[in-house]
Amino acid sequence: MFRLRLVPDDTKIPFMRGRYAGLIVSALLSLASIVLFFHPGLNYGIDFRGGIVIEARTPQAADFASLRHTLNQLDMGQVQLQEFGSPQDVLIRLERQPGDDAAQQVAADKVRSTLASAVPGTTVRRVEAVGASISGELFFNGMLALGLAMVAMLVYIWFRFEWQFGAGAVATLVLDVTKIVGFYAITGMQFNLTAVAAILTIMGYSVNDKVVVYDRMRENLRIYKKMPLRELIDRSINETLNRTLGTSMCTLLSILPLAFFGGEALQDFGIVLIFGIFLATSSSIFIAAPILLFLGENRLRRNAPAETAAPAANPTP
Amino acid sequence: MLYFPRWKIFLIVAICVLGAVVTLPNFLSRETLASLPGWYAHNRINLGLDLRGGSHLLLEVDMGAVIRDRVEGLVDSARTQLRTDNVGYTAINAGERGITVQLRDPAQADTAVRALRQLANTIGGGPLGGGQPDLEVASSGGAVTATLSEIALRERATQAVEQSIEIVRRRIDETGVNEPTIARQGSDRILVQLPGVEDPDRVKRLLGTTAKMTFRLVDVNADPTAGRAPPGTDILPSAEGGRTQTAYVIRKKVEVDGANLTNATAGNNPQTGEWVVNFEFDSIGARRFADVTRANVGRPFAIVLDNKVISAPVIREPITGGRGQISGSFTAADANDLAVLLRAGALPAPLKVIEERTVGPDLGADSIRAGLMSVVIGFVLVCVYMVAAYGLFGAFACLALFINILLTMAALSMLNATLTLPGIAGILLSLGLSVDANILINERIREEARKGRGVFGAMEAGFGRAYSTIIDSNLTTVIKMALLFIFGTGAIKGFSVTISFGILISLFTATVLVRLMMVSWVRNARPAALPV
Repeated sequence: MFRLRLVPDDTKIPFMRGRYAGLIVSALLSLASIVLFFHPGLNYGIDFRGGIVIEARTPQAADFASLRHTLNQLDMGQVQLQEFGSPQDVLIRLERQPGDDAAQQVAADKVRSTLASAVPGTTVRRVEAVGASISGELFFNGMLALGLAMVAMLVYIWFRFEWQFGAGAVATLVLDVTKIVGFYAITGMQFNLTAVAAILTIMGYSVNDKVVVYDRMRENLRIYKKMPLRELIDRSINETLNRTLGTSMCTLLSILPLAFFGGEALQDFGIVLIFGIFLATSSSIFIAAPILLFLGENRLRRNAPAETAAPAANPTP
Repeated sequence: MLYFPRWKIFLIVAICVLGAVVTLPNFLSRETLASLPGWYAHNRINLGLDLRGGSHLLLEVDMGAVIRDRVEGLVDSARTQLRTDNVGYTAINAGERGITVQLRDPAQADTAVRALRQLANTIGGGPLGGGQPDLEVASSGGAVTATLSEIALRERATQAVEQSIEIVRRRIDETGVNEPTIARQGSDRILVQLPGVEDPDRVKRLLGTTAKMTFRLVDVNADPTAGRAPPGTDILPSAEGGRTQTAYVIRKKVEVDGANLTNATAGNNPQTGEWVVNFEFDSIGARRFADVTRANVGRPFAIVLDNKVISAPVIREPITGGRGQISGSFTAADANDLAVLLRAGALPAPLKVIEERTVGPDLGADSIRAGLMSVVIGFVLVCVYMVAAYGLFGAFACLALFINILLTMAALSMLNATLTLPGIAGILLSLGLSVDANILINERIREEARKGRGVFGAMEAGFGRAYSTIIDSNLTTVIKMALLFIFGTGAIKGFSVTISFGILISLFTATVLVRLMMVSWVRNARPAALPV
């Protein structure tokens, strides 16, 4: 009977041997991400910076050079043109116009009418114009949601496990999130509300993954009293490896169509989530587990509630 | 864990069937729906503007103007009240939140304070009183100040937003947009969603006009180019753009207010062929209009809209019928829009559009197609993997996944929730996250079976041990999505809703339902070994 196994059942990879390498590589990548965050910085989308996005479809393949020329003559700051999807689809981005929120409206209308006269037959498929006051608020709320999510995760895991698990998970989350931010910086993808949703989703996915591995560790802590923590962590990771990879595979498969057909907003979302799935899966093994090993050695065993509660229930491994 | 009483099986099946029944109206044509009872046909998912096309506008009420208005009104009424009470003053100054009266005789301070207190409106409180005056009056030296209280400002703001919503609704109804959504957001914002509107230009223009119309007399003796208006008058520009005169000196006193209009329609002047707006006054307006025109025959009478003079015709004879006509070199569209604005009434304060998101209907249709295709492909891919990895038990998980999507749609239908493009992404992602439970269970059963447990023992242990892990891992996601729902806006909210529903429902489909399927199969087939 054929069964697809991502790893053989009796896999015993000594993951903890690579604990230093894993942590160092991860820390370096996160550090690099922080540097990238400041320079060149993120490409903030209109949600957070204000400005105008117009998606237009021209009757024939768009002549970008002349369009750019025409739009630049409007004197509205930098105008970014981008082919999107097909050669007929043009994505026009304008910086936030000086002046108040109403200035964005005026500018958007101007671009619309210019398009209509420069390339007759053009249909404007989408217009978004966001003023400064609203973009500031959206940014604040987005960051607040991220911060609170982090705290909520810490509290939840602390409550359900011991503090070493919570600390390990949150440290991993910080490392994960910095890398996603770095990913946005390096790819130049729009950092907007969808990006916040993507980060939160990856955080949720990452914690979800950690919880499953932690759960097994906790269970094994109760079963194998004498086993050194390092061996026990390796064993727990290997036992859950098929599940970890299986779930990652399924999530990946479900997200894959988004990255291909998702349209302007969701395509980026899909790509970031795919990156995030790899990130979260690897960080469960190479980051969360070693941190637990460092924090928990000599401490975790003693605190394991089952040890004092039921010393008789001690099966041989 | 493996025993299902009959009533439980019935309940589980009933939930699934109910889910299918509730989802059904989404797939029926309008004609079929019309023949069904309303409470049932009502169960439909709304498509977000990003899917059906339309315009989303976020408006902000200019609170500064609301307060300025009230302060200016206060100056006027203070002037009248002090004159009636014989209190002499040298000046009344308008401040940011109140007025300051410089008294001629400091001894009259008490009288002045009493006079100004009379101007206060009572806010809050019930029929038995208990409200608070909205003015704080104090005197120091030769000056008396009246300041609007904090509560008064807030009350004023609430009123202004509520009135604005009403006016916005009336104006939008006039434009004939189907099913608009107009809702208050935060303390000073109004959300307007206009399905099917591709170019919201006209709506924006209509909403961006305050449309405060007044009829005032023109001061013909003063020179409008002098730069400084004589006391009690304003220099106002002409809306016609300098055809005859670029500015007028207009008396501040409002003779007749636009609020007294009962009707306004666009029409043609039969003599000139020009577009005009015909209007009618209510009885109070008609009487005042008659009085003013009778007393001022031969003088120009200005029609002022939002501090611009639309026209200032000379009164030829008293107008007593309560009807009039505004002419001012209008195009047909101008005349129509002005009529709409006058019919709907004036906004209490100017509105600003601070956010616009418009999606054309063909892009929306593309998005729906892309979304559906993504969900189908995602579902097929996940199923292929599950069957390859877990055989029959994988197929059970796929069936459960299908029912999960169905029940998610049922939940959205019952709540009449709005499905957005990010919402579809949420459904997609919840596909991957839901099968996690099945993977956990199947892996666990497999592990237990390899340890040498029998068919029932392995399943019993597998379900039991996987359960707490499933709860733990899913709750973390739901916590995050709740945060996203609270702090997210618009389309992003849709993402958190669908993913939360998907995951919560998976607690039922991926565990209870799948367990029922597995147990029924094991009981009927009596396999020697589990197919995982």
